[in-house]
Amino acid sequence: MSRRVALEASHAAAEAAKMADVDVISAYPITPQTHIPERLAEMVADGELSAAYIPVESEHSAMSACLGAAAVGARTFTATAGQGLELMHEVVYVASSMRYPVVMTVCNRALSAPLSVWGDHSDAMAVRDIGWIQVFCQNNQEAFDLTLWAFRVGEDPNVLLPVMVHLDGFTLTHVTEPVILPEQSEVDRFLPRFQYPFALNPDKPMTHGAFGPPEIYSETKLAQEVAFRNSKDIILGEWKEFGDIFGRYYNPVEEYKTENAEILLLTMGSFTETAKIVIDARRDKGEAIGLMSLRLWRPFPFEEFRRAVKGSKILIVFDRCISFGMGGPVFSEVRSALYDEEPRPKVVGIIGGLGGRDMAEEDFEHVINRGREIAEKGPEKMLETVGIRG
Amino acid sequence: MADKLTWRDMEVGNIVKEAGSASFRKTGDWRTEKPILDKEKCIKCALCWIYCPDAAIKPSEDGYYEADLYYCKGCGICASICPVGAISMTEEEEK
Amino acid sequence: METKAVRFGKKLVTTKEFLAEGHNFCTGCGEALAIRLAMKALGENVVVAMATGCDEVCTTPLPYTSWRVPWLHTLFENAAAEISGVEAGLKILVKKGRMPERDIVCVAMGGDGATSDIGMQALSGAFERGHDFIYICLDNEAYMNTGIQRSSATPYGASTTTAPAGKFSIGQITRKKNMVAIAAAHGIPYVATACPSYRFDLMKKVKKGAESKGPAYVHILSPCPTGWRYSSNLTIDIGQLAVQTGIFPLYEIEGGRYRLDADPPELKPVEEYLKLQGRYRHLTDEQIESIQQMVNEDYAKLKEKVAAFPM
Repeated sequence: MSRRVALEASHAAAEAAKMADVDVISAYPITPQTHIPERLAEMVADGELSAAYIPVESEHSAMSACLGAAAVGARTFTATAGQGLELMHEVVYVASSMRYPVVMTVCNRALSAPLSVWGDHSDAMAVRDIGWIQVFCQNNQEAFDLTLWAFRVGEDPNVLLPVMVHLDGFTLTHVTEPVILPEQSEVDRFLPRFQYPFALNPDKPMTHGAFGPPEIYSETKLAQEVAFRNSKDIILGEWKEFGDIFGRYYNPVEEYKTENAEILLLTMGSFTETAKIVIDARRDKGEAIGLMSLRLWRPFPFEEFRRAVKGSKILIVFDRCISFGMGGPVFSEVRSALYDEEPRPKVVGIIGGLGGRDMAEEDFEHVINRGREIAEKGPEKMLETVGIRG
Repeated sequence: MADKLTWRDMEVGNIVKEAGSASFRKTGDWRTEKPILDKEKCIKCALCWIYCPDAAIKPSEDGYYEADLYYCKGCGICASICPVGAISMTEEEEK
Repeated sequence: METKAVRFGKKLVTTKEFLAEGHNFCTGCGEALAIRLAMKALGENVVVAMATGCDEVCTTPLPYTSWRVPWLHTLFENAAAEISGVEAGLKILVKKGRMPERDIVCVAMGGDGATSDIGMQALSGAFERGHDFIYICLDNEAYMNTGIQRSSATPYGASTTTAPAGKFSIGQITRKKNMVAIAAAHGIPYVATACPSYRFDLMKKVKKGAESKGPAYVHILSPCPTGWRYSSNLTIDIGQLAVQTGIFPLYEIEGGRYRLDADPPELKPVEEYLKLQGRYRHLTDEQIESIQQMVNEDYAKLKEKVAAFPM
């Protein structure tokens, strides 16, 4: 029988790694991720989980050790946040280019300076280009489900890519919500034993990580991008399989009350649930408004996204990061994704929720009102923000 | 060669599956001098064999150790360390 | 502490080549020889994690490889962290019954830059965690692969491209970082220095390091004709002089106890070693004399340690 327990999203992610029978955990503590390695260390110490726990001395080494473990065929998991993700920046590129299916939870945290341990999406946005499959969780159930799913999709022999599961720092990681945990037998049915086809072994000596002279580097990158784009079908397939076994179906773009919506609000992560309350209230008053939440961030779900915005007149994109000199990163990408569409909604971007600044319902009310104004009259300021004084 | 491969030829993760595949490379083309062995002097001590950075000196059937000119880069270590001076370096001929 | 004697006579060295012929190392490269000899001592039941450097670049240009053993390279500073993952991965897979128990030696290799500079943190972490692996430092005393830039292993007075000898500079103004002492300070079971000129000593030490339980560190001096600027045929001679002058003594530290492997009754003057190398050609007699003093000092300190903590 599956059971319903109260768990922090951190503990939900740890529970998923445990039920996935992960082999190697190599992690360095950083707020707000700490509850994940702590819980996993506890599980290993108590024999609840048979895994090698490597208490590495930095995040760069955390991901490097993950690569070593994956190279010999171990199922590998780690977690980090903010500065930690930045410190391992060069290593995460290597993980995807070498096609190691590592799973990592990123507890989204604002980037220094100034130092901030609180949540926003600047750490995630700094790694848009790295070639990992990336998803954003809205709640603790997703923290569990998407972590479990991440192992399956990353390890698929036709994918073999690392997967990043984004969880908002503090608003998810440190918040307790009810989570349905499946039975181990269901998990075992969904997630077969990891068989990495190119494991380093003296019986069949291979070279991993040869360098790429100019005559060949470009071909390797094109091959990587093709494989990455092709993973989309398997991502969708595994979500369907997940739903068939566990009863919860996920999609790349969540459409919430979008039927006949003239205005659409786009959010990512935990603030989606706050925004939904505002959408509910406005729909009750008869407003033709809906919400889209980007669950699959990479590979970008062009098809689903373009289909979801059809018929809308205004798309308001809420970003939790400033891409300096450019504006909201999600806003920029979404505009670009819609450029060739005829007709297409007017796309407006508003930035807020930086460094742990909360977004309450009234803040999303403001976002919608202001978004509509900008769509009608054009932008007045260099950068449109919500909840930033001055 | 590498510049004839297309992106479809790339292995997953750019893994090289064939061990030692780079041994096709004719590093013998690098040299300007080559070692000549005087078998009369040679005492078959194998120092030249073990000290060759390129593993280009190979044991032969008659117990001697001789440079494989396909690989030999002509560094001259063998001539330098030979305890009986049985190896001398001579200039490569122009081809 | 019980030590197994490991002896190599000519006939006990395998003729197998684990690094294939036709690699891209420079003519007369001491590092290539060091790797060749080390691999003969290690055999084929290994996983080698290598840092970026001459060793990696000269052996693995896509789509080819010179390696005949399982080999991994990711980045410059993380060979020790990588091998930690390999070691932990192999151990847990055996423990969980996913693979049969088998003797696979975890080997990390890196140059002096990768080891004592950018890779110090990862190395220290791997030592502290006590992984069962051997780390081999191939020390050619500069960042050779990128063009002879100085590292913390570059000796005092050597000219490199980023600490060149000039009107106002002797070249390297700092003394060589003592990685051997740093490794030993971690309390790891086995630490040693080696030089390819002393072929059997090198192989014995690599084998001992591989067989010791826990972390092992073997620091191998790798003479470099390109960077040290000497005629390529002198690699073995220069290595011998490094040892005979006391500049690079051969010793082991096992469980904190020292053994000096070569202790000539009289050390040769350092000038014999320095004058063969273009990287030292700018040195005046006074400067050579001060280097001689430093070497005498360091050698005396080493002998004190050997006397105080004998094996």
